[in-house]
Amino acid sequence: MTDATRSQISLQVNGNTHRLTVDHRRSLLDALREDTENTGPKKGCDFGQCGACTVLLDGKRVVSCLTLAVAADGAQVTTVEGLASDDELRPVQEAFLRLDGFQCGFCTPGQLCSAVGALAEHRAGWPSAVTADVSPEHRCELDADEVRERMSGNLCRCGAYPSIVRAVLDAAGREEVKR
Amino acid sequence: MTTTPEAIGSSWTRVEGEDKLRGRARYTADIPVEGMAHGALVTATITRGRITGIDTAETLASPGVIGVVDHRNAPRLNPEAGSPFFGPDGQFLLLQNDEIEHGGWPVALVVAETPEQARAGAERLRVSCVEQPHDIGFSAGHPLLRPALSSFGPDADKGDLDAELAQSVVTVDERYFTPPESACAMEPHAATVWLEDGKIRAFDTNQAPFGTAQMLSVLFDRPLTDVRVEAEQLGGGFGGKTGVGPQLILATMAAMVFDRPIRVALTREEVFLTTSARAATEQRVRLGADPGGRLRAIGHEAAFELSVKAEYIENCVEVAKVLYAADAIRTRINVVPLHILPPNSLRAPGTAPGSFALESAMDELAERLQVDPLDLRRRNEPEVGPVSGHPFTSRNFLLCVEEGARTFGWAGRDHRPRRRREGHLLIGTGMAGTSFLTTAFPSSATITAEPDGTFTVAIAAMDIGTGARTALTAISADVLHVDRSKIRLKIGDSALGPAWGAGGSLGTTSWSWAISSAAGELLALLESKPPLPVSVTSDTTNEIFSLPPRERHAYSAIFAEVAVDPATGEVRVRRLVGRFAVGRVVNPLMVRSQLVGGMIMGLSMALHEQVVRDEVTGRQVNADFAGYHFAANADVPFIDADVVEDHEPDNPLGLKGPGEIGTVAVAAAVANAVWHATGKRQRRLPITLDRVIED
Repeated sequence: MTDATRSQISLQVNGNTHRLTVDHRRSLLDALREDTENTGPKKGCDFGQCGACTVLLDGKRVVSCLTLAVAADGAQVTTVEGLASDDELRPVQEAFLRLDGFQCGFCTPGQLCSAVGALAEHRAGWPSAVTADVSPEHRCELDADEVRERMSGNLCRCGAYPSIVRAVLDAAGREEVKR
Repeated sequence: MTTTPEAIGSSWTRVEGEDKLRGRARYTADIPVEGMAHGALVTATITRGRITGIDTAETLASPGVIGVVDHRNAPRLNPEAGSPFFGPDGQFLLLQNDEIEHGGWPVALVVAETPEQARAGAERLRVSCVEQPHDIGFSAGHPLLRPALSSFGPDADKGDLDAELAQSVVTVDERYFTPPESACAMEPHAATVWLEDGKIRAFDTNQAPFGTAQMLSVLFDRPLTDVRVEAEQLGGGFGGKTGVGPQLILATMAAMVFDRPIRVALTREEVFLTTSARAATEQRVRLGADPGGRLRAIGHEAAFELSVKAEYIENCVEVAKVLYAADAIRTRINVVPLHILPPNSLRAPGTAPGSFALESAMDELAERLQVDPLDLRRRNEPEVGPVSGHPFTSRNFLLCVEEGARTFGWAGRDHRPRRRREGHLLIGTGMAGTSFLTTAFPSSATITAEPDGTFTVAIAAMDIGTGARTALTAISADVLHVDRSKIRLKIGDSALGPAWGAGGSLGTTSWSWAISSAAGELLALLESKPPLPVSVTSDTTNEIFSLPPRERHAYSAIFAEVAVDPATGEVRVRRLVGRFAVGRVVNPLMVRSQLVGGMIMGLSMALHEQVVRDEVTGRQVNADFAGYHFAANADVPFIDADVVEDHEPDNPLGLKGPGEIGTVAVAAAVANAVWHATGKRQRRLPITLDRVIED
């Protein structure tokens, strides 16, 4: 199955191993959507400009449309489908539902993965472009401006931003406990 | 009679919410069809001319390519197909001849086994053209300027505008400019089409499954019973998914040519280039008033760009006929046909650019009169329709103004510009308001009383993200006097019968009316204890067409505070308050989300959005989300949007539409705030840095 245009790769998606033969041009997004039946990640632009395809790649958020599937060989991928257990929503998902952090829902899979990734980055002490004090010993407080900045890679045309900010702040503490 | 559970008015979360949050909700491009092949578009790289040759050799030799559809082998289409409001639509007539009349016009579809192979094949197609000169230069002074269609009512000609202006102590006569804008729903247009026993079956991204199926049937000359269009979820529309999109037409053609299921998923660039945009406008507003601020004259003349392919009406002058009393009101609406992507509806068509002009001019009038902009509104409240003379059904405009002003803290504002500073920043506040037409369109609904005590409610509605599923479930429960757990709602399928689409802020008003009628008939029928299941279908055409002529509108008032950096020209909206009279509220949580989302689109219109076309090539140069910026999270503050007590007596459930009104009036409120901060009027959108920056 492997030739000049295709290679065999292994992807761990939401805990399941997939052995795939993929076209070298195939993005991680298309591999997830077409080859592993995880259609949660969405193709909003295919240019890395909208964030609807955001997934966690080995725990870090990436736009899967700008990641080639062959480059993700051997990686652990978490998509929106893998964020929650079967019976219970994850805190950030529960907060999105309760606070109405979405309308059409198309950007939501990316928003959720991005929120989980952003909260992990904040816990790890990463500053953002609006963090005033970036000295290593300073731990920046997560406030609305920090969330707005850290979530600005995920566009939402329905304009759910204020509710998304509230939901991420609302869930931040509980997401931490969950880790 | 059992008790009414009052589901209407409850802030339930979305019925499909958990599916959307778990990635289980299926959008059109998520639904596979057995044996499906993929189509990739080839679009014109010139703006006007003729195709002289298409060399398919390299494409057909490309791995996985099944074939090419172009004007030489495409199925013939019916040139009469179009919209009930605007007539035949040349934008539907894809691949019918060798003519190119706008940049990005689809000239071929390459079909292959995988999306990558289709795209690679499309890139290898050699299309030769001869170019002809194009004209994309819109202005109200263009020699081709002519009146627009009058499908949305005649021009206003009340009183003698010139005489009233001449007798006015204070006047405004200014021109306002708005650019073309793109809907940018997050879900790109996609369709999967297959033939089943010779009938056309489709999953498609559109706002009106029945209307789309109807247009598709006319276009391909098939009986309506041979066409079925469905969708489970729609990833936003905002007007950009009305009508029959190129994805559906091209996929249908390819399914016929290759006798296989075909998916056509537009790229983001193709959404910009081949679907639709809001027309650019140039508007002249003339106002005349007595020294006390009583309006004597309102003149609103709008011109907008049109394509040479189809009629359309960007009805900028609607608000000028409704919002204020004046002795003379004159409106005109003109078009300039150009070689551009055909304009169509974008959230609050007409009223969004129109209110920017009218409400900016009102602020200029308040400045020249040296009165509070609020007082100007208070002094010009009409008793009846200012042009029509018809009574208002419910008019709560001033209630929006007063409640908004109180929440915002407007009282005590120094109305002179350039008075507030915070460090190096200039601070300003501004307000604007609007009316927004509300009615209902004929629809049909079928309700079945099932043997297990549940009710199946079926209507060809579409939930484009507004919460229609949740709202219609609540409404069905109330009108059937049962708990909402007893309701099974079926939507998103043209086979469910004639129904208005999700557009014009009239989805829920129209659909709920049909559901309410069917429920009434069904409950009466159930009195006689018929064997179950039993169904009733109700159509609202007669009821709606027999409504008396009255002025039916929703209203809003918007208040904005901006901070302007005079050195960089950067405008930040710091606070945004909106108060809305949108009838009875079905779901407060979701209505607030819709209003806030609408206001964000208005903020984005004020500061960010414009389609930029290159005069030389005629093409849009910013056909992606890096070049076409709309508001991102960091552009948006917390927003205070709420409703005032309101009820529409000419709707069975008291409803008006909250879908679009949030967007209207925000651009004027922001522009007026920028003037208040800087002393410089902003008569051209968007208010970009270069238009604000000071030497």
